[in-house]
Formats: sequence, structure tokens, C-alpha cells
Amino acid sequence: MISLFQSHAGEFLTGFGWTILSSVLALIGSTILGTAFAIMEVVPNKLANIIGRIYIEIVRNIPLLVITMFFYVVIANVIKISGFAAGTFGLTLYTSAFIAETVRAGINAVPKGQLEGAMSNGLSWWQGMRYVVLPQAFKLVIPPLGNQFINLIKNSSVLAFVAGLDLMYQANQISQSTFDTFGPFIIVGIFYLILTMPLSYYMRYLENRLEKKGGQA
Amino acid sequence: MSEFFSAFSWVNLRFLITGLGVTVQVAVISVILSFIIGSVLGVIRYVKIPYFSQIIGFIIDLIRNLPLLLIIFFTYFALPKVGIHFGVVTSTIFALTIFESAMLAEIIRSGIMAVPKGQLEGALSNGLNFKQALWHIILPQAYKKMIPPIVSQFVSLIKDTSLATIIMLPEVTYRAQIVYAQEPNAIVSMFFALAVIYFILNFIISKIGDMLDRRMAA
Amino acid sequence: MKSRFQVVMKSILAASAFALVAGVSATNEIHADNVKNDTYKRIMKTDRMNWGVKGDTKLMGLMNIKTGKLEGFDVEMAKEITKRVNPDAKVVYTQITSGTRVPMLINGNIDAIIATMSVTPDRQKVVDFSQPYFNAGQSILVKKSSKYHNVKELNTPKARVLAVQGSTSIDEIKEFAPKAKVVGLQDYATALTALKAGQGDALTTDNGILYGMAAGSKSLEVRGGTFTKEPYGVAMQKQNPKLVKAVDKAIDDIKQDGTYEKMAKKWFGDVKGMDWKELAGE
Repeated sequence: MISLFQSHAGEFLTGFGWTILSSVLALIGSTILGTAFAIMEVVPNKLANIIGRIYIEIVRNIPLLVITMFFYVVIANVIKISGFAAGTFGLTLYTSAFIAETVRAGINAVPKGQLEGAMSNGLSWWQGMRYVVLPQAFKLVIPPLGNQFINLIKNSSVLAFVAGLDLMYQANQISQSTFDTFGPFIIVGIFYLILTMPLSYYMRYLENRLEKKGGQA
Repeated sequence: MSEFFSAFSWVNLRFLITGLGVTVQVAVISVILSFIIGSVLGVIRYVKIPYFSQIIGFIIDLIRNLPLLLIIFFTYFALPKVGIHFGVVTSTIFALTIFESAMLAEIIRSGIMAVPKGQLEGALSNGLNFKQALWHIILPQAYKKMIPPIVSQFVSLIKDTSLATIIMLPEVTYRAQIVYAQEPNAIVSMFFALAVIYFILNFIISKIGDMLDRRMAA
Repeated sequence: MKSRFQVVMKSILAASAFALVAGVSATNEIHADNVKNDTYKRIMKTDRMNWGVKGDTKLMGLMNIKTGKLEGFDVEMAKEITKRVNPDAKVVYTQITSGTRVPMLINGNIDAIIATMSVTPDRQKVVDFSQPYFNAGQSILVKKSSKYHNVKELNTPKARVLAVQGSTSIDEIKEFAPKAKVVGLQDYATALTALKAGQGDALTTDNGILYGMAAGSKSLEVRGGTFTKEPYGVAMQKQNPKLVKAVDKAIDDIKQDGTYEKMAKKWFGDVKGMDWKELAGE
């Protein structure tokens, strides 16, 4: 195992790098997009609510692989995008629906009176949302958001389907050139765990702390 | 535009629907198995048997934190090394069950934790033993609370079956790929069909979940 | 309330017992001990021969959308060989990709591979091959509008070449066009769609596969001839000399009694630009 890693260290580390890059880009993108759709769902405008709802319902009920392949072989006919880009866009879109759900739950958990109070103090709806509701909502949903990020890292393995150069892709490549179907997957498994395990334990710690605090409320 | 519609020929649709059958078969078996195994694991984690629960807990955490795609590869390529030979369908069910059981164990554990401690103590002081209290008092309440996350986990499972295209499971996504590789003009239609199929399937499940949730809460 | 919960649980338990039985019966019971001639003995004893074939490769091994069945030259070869190895054996097909076939054979999921698989020294270290049954060679497939005419022109950092992971073509193209960027995909269906979508400038693999793709799409063509020799062979687990011998003899028979020519004509006779006699090694 160690010798396999040494002889292919470059490929494994390249894969690790692309996996991290894709995950971070998708995290940023999907947080922005997800928050936007969450706001669309609570904004006092029926049409916006409906559009937000439809987007979320459609995206979260379709497999990530289907969305990613759509970018890779259909959208590419219109705009040139690489496998890495197609995979990262797919991840962003897919994750944004889940983040939207999470953030919306957070917004709904903030007492209605807060927004009303802000508005009666002269703030507009947007200002109330931006300065009063959202900061509290995000604090509430940090653990579930963290879990979404863990899912996102795991889901980034879908890049292997579109030659996205990530860990899973490299594992396939190495496994096929060495005829070793065990080692490469163990090694990339360890790489994934390096990313996800600490996050996962940290989120559990936050959850427990929040629960203890929330217990009194 | 006529291209878009002509791709929905009976031949193509029948081909996809056969694949949908595989998707549903794999998903249903995995859902049932992972619900049972996940429940058992969740309870084991909750009851805190010294060492055993911790070891199980750690294994669950490992599995939960790995990509499903990796687990699929593993069951398909690594298990035969220790003499276990599965076909594609069984491999997929096996991989999905392992992964989803771990995910569900965590959901169910936190469901049990959310049941107020007093309930267990009350049941015990009323003469029930621990097993009875768990089965009659704690678990029914935990499941009731956990219906929404459990259902959304099942929705994930159905979507995740598509990953098994990598080991050539002839399910619906794989079949759509076969169609559009042979009929280039059908590509947009095939993606549309996939979207509709998965959407309807998952939407129905979500709605059943909502119904259950409401009835149980009532 | 309690009773409803228990009814639900009981029905779930019953359903799961059923599922377990269904799951177990679907299991492939094949054991891969390193006993000599193990595969051969198994084929003779169980009267089943499980072949790994392609499902996405036109002319060679393709899933027919109308019937849901696999068809192609390799698929028919498998049937003909089985007939001659063990006349009583049922032919079973398992779909594989270039990436999955070798592990599946080594692991004992399948008895033999007949799936556009070229005989190479590297592969011979892990599996045994029959005599070649098809003389393929690597070539390139491009859009008719493409500015690339042969593999040499692809040797530029600007060129992106699509290939399938686990195929020899992915290593060969790195040798013949080292400057090109190689994009490795999972299967030929995806690679072909990716070429059409402009994800690469050319798709490279054996001409046998490429002609099938070109036959299905007016906008694509095979260009520049072959730049390697890729004779296809049947791959089997090591330690099975009896099976290799039986398969070799079956291939001889198939060639001599006219079956081969009939099959070659049926699958390749009408393919434009393809000389089936040359591919067939006549």
C-alpha cells in the first residue's frame, strides 16, 4: 500500500487537490445560490415563492449524476465547459437546493416578531432580512450546513464520471494501469476521510452544544 | 422541436421503463434492508454496550464519511478478493445497504436521543424492562419524529442508484445513456425523460412521507 | 397507536425476509480458487459459461434498445465458442466496461472476456489470452469538420483526445501524441456523446469500435488509418490451460467451417470504409 502510494503520489495528490478545489468552489457557489433561493421562498411575493419552490423541488429530486452529465454532454454544445467545470457546476446546482432548504428552515426558526420589530423600527423588509434575520438564521443552521458540506465533498466523486481529475478519477486510472483493485481505493478512501471525518466530528460537537443551549429555550 | 418528441418512441420508452424496473427493485430492497440494519445499529449506538457500541459507532462514522461511489467500487472489486462474489444487482444492493444503513443509524440514534429521558425512566418504574420500554415506548416516538429525515434519506437512496451505472447496472440512467449514444438527436429528450422519471418517483415518496408524518403526528 | 406501529414493523419484517431471499437468489455463485483448470471444470459441471461483453459498442457488443438484448460480433463469437467448448452450456452475458473487465475476470465474476480486448504483454501478466480472433488497430474518430487528420496532428497541447479508462488506447495515445491532453471516460457511450458535445477534438480507440460509431452518426468519420496493431483475444483466468486450448480450438473451427465469414459479413459487410477481410485476419 505504501509503495503504491509512493509510486503514484503525484496522481493521488493531484486528485486530492482537484477534489478540494471543486468542493470549495461548489461550497461557495451553492451557499450563495442556496441562500438566494431560500430568500425567494420567504419574500412577500407569491411569484417569487413559487419559482423558488419549483427550483428546489426539481433539483433535489434528480440525481446529481444526471445533472452533471447534462452539463457535460448537453450544455457543452452551447458553452464550452470542461469535465471539471461540468462536475463543479453540477455539484453547485445540486447542493444549492439542499442549502436553500436548510437556510429556509433557519429563517423560519427565527421568531416572526424579529422581522416585524425591525420593520416597525424603520428598516425595509430587505434590511430586516439582511441585518436581523439572516445572521440569526445562519447561526442556527451551522451544523446542518456543515453536514451539507460533508455531503458535498463525498458527492464530488461524481467528477470521476466526467474525467474531472478528482480523487476517484485518479483511483480508477491507477487501478487500471496497475490491475490493483484494492489499494488505490483504500488510499483515496483515506484522503476522503481526512477531509470529512474532522468536519463530521466538529459538527457533532456543535450540534451537542447547540442542543444543550436550546434545551432551555 | 419534432426531434424532441420523436425521441419518445414506444421502443425508447419501453427500454427506459425496463430500466426503471431495475432502479425500483434495487431501491426497494435496499430501503427495507437499510431501514432494519440502520435501526439495529442506531439502537446499538444508543444503548452504549461497552466497547461494542463504540466500535460500531466508529465503523458507522467511517462509512458515513466515504463517498458512496467508493463503496460501490469496493463491494464490486474488493469483496471478491475475500471470496464473496456478487452479481451487479446484488453488489449494488449490498453497497447501498451498507451506506444507507450507516446514514440511517445516525438519524435513528438522534431520534432516540430526542425522546425525553423521563419517558424511559417512567416506563422502567412502571415495571417494563428495558427491552419492552425501548420497543413499546421509545422507538415508536423516535420513528414518529424521524419520519421526514428518514424519507429524505430514501429519496437520496433512489437518486444514488444512478451511481451504479459505473458498474453497468442496467438501470434507467444507464439505459438513457445507451439510447442517446445511438440516437444523438434524442439526447435532450432523454435527459428530460430522466428528470421527469426521477422527479415523479421521488415526489410520490416525499408526499407519502408527508402523509405519514401528518397521520402519525395526529 | 402502539398497535399501528407494530403492524408497520411486522409488515416491514415480512417484506425484508422476502427481500433477503430474493437478494440471495440473485447472487452469482462462482468461486475463484486457484485450482488448476477451475474455470474449465466449472463450465463443464454447471453447464453455464459466463461471458463479459461490451454493451455500448456498436457492431461488437451493444444493447439493443428494441429487445433489451446484447448483440454484435463479440456476442455471437461468445455463443459460437461456447457451443464448441461445451455444447450443453447456457451462454450468460455480463456487461462490462474496459475498466471493469479485468478485475471481474480475476475475481471470478465471469469465466471469460470477449469484449474488444487487445492482447498486450502487460495484460498477459495477469490473464491468459486465446489466439487472436480479430485484427484491430488503433485509429481516431473526429467530426467531419475537424482540422485534425491523423494522430500526428493531435500531438499539440491544444488537442484534447477522448479515450476510455482501462483501454490500451489511453496508454498508446500518450505515446503517439504525448503533448495532447487525454480525457479518460468510463464507457464508449459517454465518450461518443462527449465527442459530439465538443468535449474533445478526437476519440481514439480501435478501428473496430470507431467504425461502429461512425456508422451510427453522419457527422463523424474515422481518419488517418491505424497506428498500432491491436489483435483481439479472448481473455481467461490464469491456471486454465484446458480452457485456453478449448477456446483456441473453437476459434479454429469457427474460422474453418465458414461461421466466421458469415458473422464478419453480417456485422461488418455494410460498414463504409471498413475492410472486414483485413480486420478478420484473412
